[in-house]
Formats: sequence, structure tokens, C-alpha cells
Amino acid sequence: MTAYLKLDHIDKSFARGSQVSDVLKDIRLTIDKGEFVSIIGHSGCGKSTLLNLIAGLTKVSAGAVLLEDKEVDSPGPERAVVFQNHSLLPWLTVYENINLAVTKVFGRSKSRAERHEWIMRNLDLVQMAHAKDKRPAEISGGMKQRVGIARALAMEPKILLLDEPFGALDALTRAHLQDAVMDIHSRLGSTTIMITHDVDEAVLLSDRIVMMTNGPAATIGEVLPVPLARPRRRIELSSDRTFLRCREAVLKFLYERHRFVEAAE
Amino acid sequence: MSIQAIEDRKVKPLPAPAKPAEIIAFTARARRRFDPAAIAGKLARTLVPPVIVITIMLVVWQVACSSPTASLPPPSQVWNEAYDLIAHPFFDNGPQDIGLAWRVLMSLQRVAMGFGLAAIVGVALGALVGQSIWAMRGLDPVFQILRTVPPLAWLPLSLAAFRDSSPSAIFVIFITSIWPVIINTAVGVRNIPEDYRNVARILRLNQFEFFVKIMVPAAAPYIFTGLRIGIGLSWLAIVAAEMLTGGVGIGFFIWDAWNSSRLPDIIVALAYIGVTGFCLDRLVAAVGAFVTRGTTAK
Repeated sequence: MTAYLKLDHIDKSFARGSQVSDVLKDIRLTIDKGEFVSIIGHSGCGKSTLLNLIAGLTKVSAGAVLLEDKEVDSPGPERAVVFQNHSLLPWLTVYENINLAVTKVFGRSKSRAERHEWIMRNLDLVQMAHAKDKRPAEISGGMKQRVGIARALAMEPKILLLDEPFGALDALTRAHLQDAVMDIHSRLGSTTIMITHDVDEAVLLSDRIVMMTNGPAATIGEVLPVPLARPRRRIELSSDRTFLRCREAVLKFLYERHRFVEAAE
Repeated sequence: MSIQAIEDRKVKPLPAPAKPAEIIAFTARARRRFDPAAIAGKLARTLVPPVIVITIMLVVWQVACSSPTASLPPPSQVWNEAYDLIAHPFFDNGPQDIGLAWRVLMSLQRVAMGFGLAAIVGVALGALVGQSIWAMRGLDPVFQILRTVPPLAWLPLSLAAFRDSSPSAIFVIFITSIWPVIINTAVGVRNIPEDYRNVARILRLNQFEFFVKIMVPAAAPYIFTGLRIGIGLSWLAIVAAEMLTGGVGIGFFIWDAWNSSRLPDIIVALAYIGVTGFCLDRLVAAVGAFVTRGTTAK
């Protein structure tokens, strides 16, 4: 069986004038259907760039992104992104924000009533149905991110891409949303790639953790499988030996072998 | 308090509440009651200062223009001689003898046409310039030069082109008010956050959908700033243009009054123009505030 998503020898460099800076070098990774993969690394290592490449928002310099053996070179709703700062359109209500996506993706295949039901089902999934008529400015940061996730899920994507989705949230809200994401993943079995810089979050949510070396020309340093049974509960895991071992492995990678030199100076 | 007293008072558990705590939902805002004193106070704060200032100005004007050699009429003379114009804005005694409100409406009609066209074309051109780097490089220098041309400098050319006063006046309004609309729209479009563009790209919105659903709402605050400047300029331009083209409108009325030395009429017309311009400005601002509600908040 071929891989669901394949990153095939990807290089990415940005040219600014005559200067060319290599951001990513020789990225090789395959992801199976239904897998939850985290990408972790120090800031500036190009993990967001990698996500943008998979999303198709930026183009690869060499190599290819293959989704079900088809090359990806432009963005599309089958690779939905949840952005770090939610990116809801502030002039639309929660409902209208999701409706924009649903109308565009299912405008032909679903009737109006079906679309409405589909929007409400996705809002229910993130427990935001009560706020459907609110504007983004009227709800909290955690709620906005929930709506952002609902919008992405409503596109019924083949791959869900999360770009540091909880980075801007406080610790308690973040924990709630992590639980929500775990719950959604177990219910829908959606293939998910998440960018994070939080070690606990990566271990808690992922089937595999992809650790990136520092840039320039960053690449995948190590891939750590997380052999923890699901459903996972954070309180039980906090003393679980496998959890702690995985956590230690990531910490060692990040802070011993690939210490972020600039930050230490 | 003795130790004994403390011991006597046995520690009792608090009685369980008879019913679960009631949840009182806060209403979004306490409803404002009708309060005559507060309203009167607010009215006094907003009305009294301008009334005092206007009274002082009128008194100074009256004193300054009361000597027999004064070249301009004092307010009392304006009131007496132009009383018809002040009291009856809507009289209609046949051609060229109509109330000032009719004349203002005629001018407004021209402004509506010229400015409406400018708004449509301006937003479209502004979107183009904001969106495409090549359109900006090509068009921006042209716009920057043309926008400095004074409104009336366009008039002879447009008279030659249209051979009629009314379309010429409308064209002058159009060409005057379009620049701030173009420039502000372009800035607004250029400032659309990258995230909104990415959302549009992921949804594969086509150019038209992107324009209607993302670009216009996102740039709306800028667009309305441009429209507000534009309507002010077009009101400036129409009065000047009508003075030259003649025929109808409040500008022509002023020129006509000057030719027949009716200075009090001119002063009344100035007041009409000022009030109308003020209302136009507030109208566009109010529409803008209504349309862009929620857009500026993050």
C-alpha cells in the first residue's frame, strides 16, 4: 500500500534579491490515513513553512507533496488549515464564517437544508452551536479557535492541518481544546498534522512526533512513535512511564542535541 | 471574648441552601430609563456652547456692518431682505423663481450621479491597484499627478467634450471625487491580512467571490474614508462648477445673486450649502459606521 500523504525529498528555499536562503532540506515523510502527527522544533526551523507547503500555500523548490499519489501544488479545501490566530472573518458571524466554507465546498452537492444541518453538526462538534449568531469579536480566543476548527472540519478535509492552533491561548483553555481535538480525532479519524512547540501537547495528542533540526536548511532529525493507547487522559498519563519516556526523548532532542543556539546566546 | 464563649458557640455546618443558587443572566446592558434631567443636561452641554458662539458672531457681524459705508449687509438686513428664502425653502413661482431647497436638490442630484459613478469606478480601480503590483506601478503615477489638478481646470475640457452644462458638471464631480476613493481603496486592499487571503485560497474562491466576500468587507473602513473625503470634495466642486456653467443649482443661484447685487441672498445660500455639506458628510459617515460594524474589531 502506498502512503496516504507523502513528502518526497522536499527542499524549500526563499530568494530575496540575490540572496538565497535554504529553509528546508530533503524532507522525507510518509503519513498514513487517520494518523495524528505533530511537527515540533525550535522557532525559525521552518515548521510553519512545511505546513504551508503541505497546504499548498507556498510552492516547493524541489521534491513533491503527494496526497493519494497526486501532486499538491495549490491550496484547496481537502487540506484545511486551522491558523494560529483563527483567521475568522470579523464581519461575519460564527455561522456565516462556516457557511462561507460549506457553501463553497458543498454548494452543488448538498441542498440548503443539508448544508444548514452540516454547519450545525460541525458547530456541535466543537460545542459552539450556542454562539452561532455571534461575531468573532464577541467570543473568547478559545472559542474563536473552536470555530476555526469547526470551519476546517466542515470542509470535510482529507487532511487537517493545525498551525500552532493553541499557541495564543492560556494553559487551561489550551487543555480544553486539546481534549476537544482528541475527541474529534477519535470520532472522525481525521488525518491530522499539527505544528507545535509544546512537548506535552505533542506527546499527548500524537501517534508520531516529527522532530525538526534547527535551520537554516532544517530537516527531520528524528521521528518518535508514541505507543500510547487511546483514548488518552491527561491525568493518568502524567505518571505513565511510556508518556514520560516519550516526553524525555523529545526534550533531549530539543535541548541537548539540537539546542537553539541563538536563544542561548 | 472568653474562651468559654467561643466553646459555647458550637460550630454548626451551614444549612444547605433551600434551593439551588439561582442563575441570573446579565442582560447585555442595563436598559436606559427615560430620564428628563439627564437628557436636558446632555442637550445643554451640546447646544449651549455653539449657540453662545453663534450669537457672539452675529453681534460682532451686526456691529461691524452697521455703518452706512459698510460694503456687506449686517444680519438684520439679511433677515429682512431674504426672509422669503429663509422661511420658505420650497416655494415654486415658476422658472428661476424657486426656493433654495429646490436648487440644493438639483445640485444634490448632480452630486449623486457624479459621486455615485466615482464610487463605483473608484472602488473597482482601487481594488485593481491594490491587488496587482503591475497595475499599481502603471497607474499610481498617473493618479498621483491627475489628483492634484483642481476641479475647475477640468471644466473647459469637459464642456468641449460633452457640449452641455449638465453632463460637464457631473463629470467635474466625478473626476474630483474619484481620487480619494481610488487611493483609499487601494490602501485598504493592500492591507488585507495575509490570513484572509489564505482562507480564500484554501476555499478556492474565484476572483469575483474574493472581491465580494473578502476584499470589499475587509477594505470597507478604508473605502468609506475615501468616500467621505470624496463627497466633501464633490460638494466643493459642484458649487464652483455651477457658477460657471449656469442654468440650475445652488452655485448658479449665488452667481445670479451676485450679478444682481443681492448680497443677503448669497449669505443665505452659503448657509444652505454649509448645512447640506455637513449633512452629506455625516450621512456617509453613518452609512460607513453601519456597514463596517464589526470589521475593525479583532
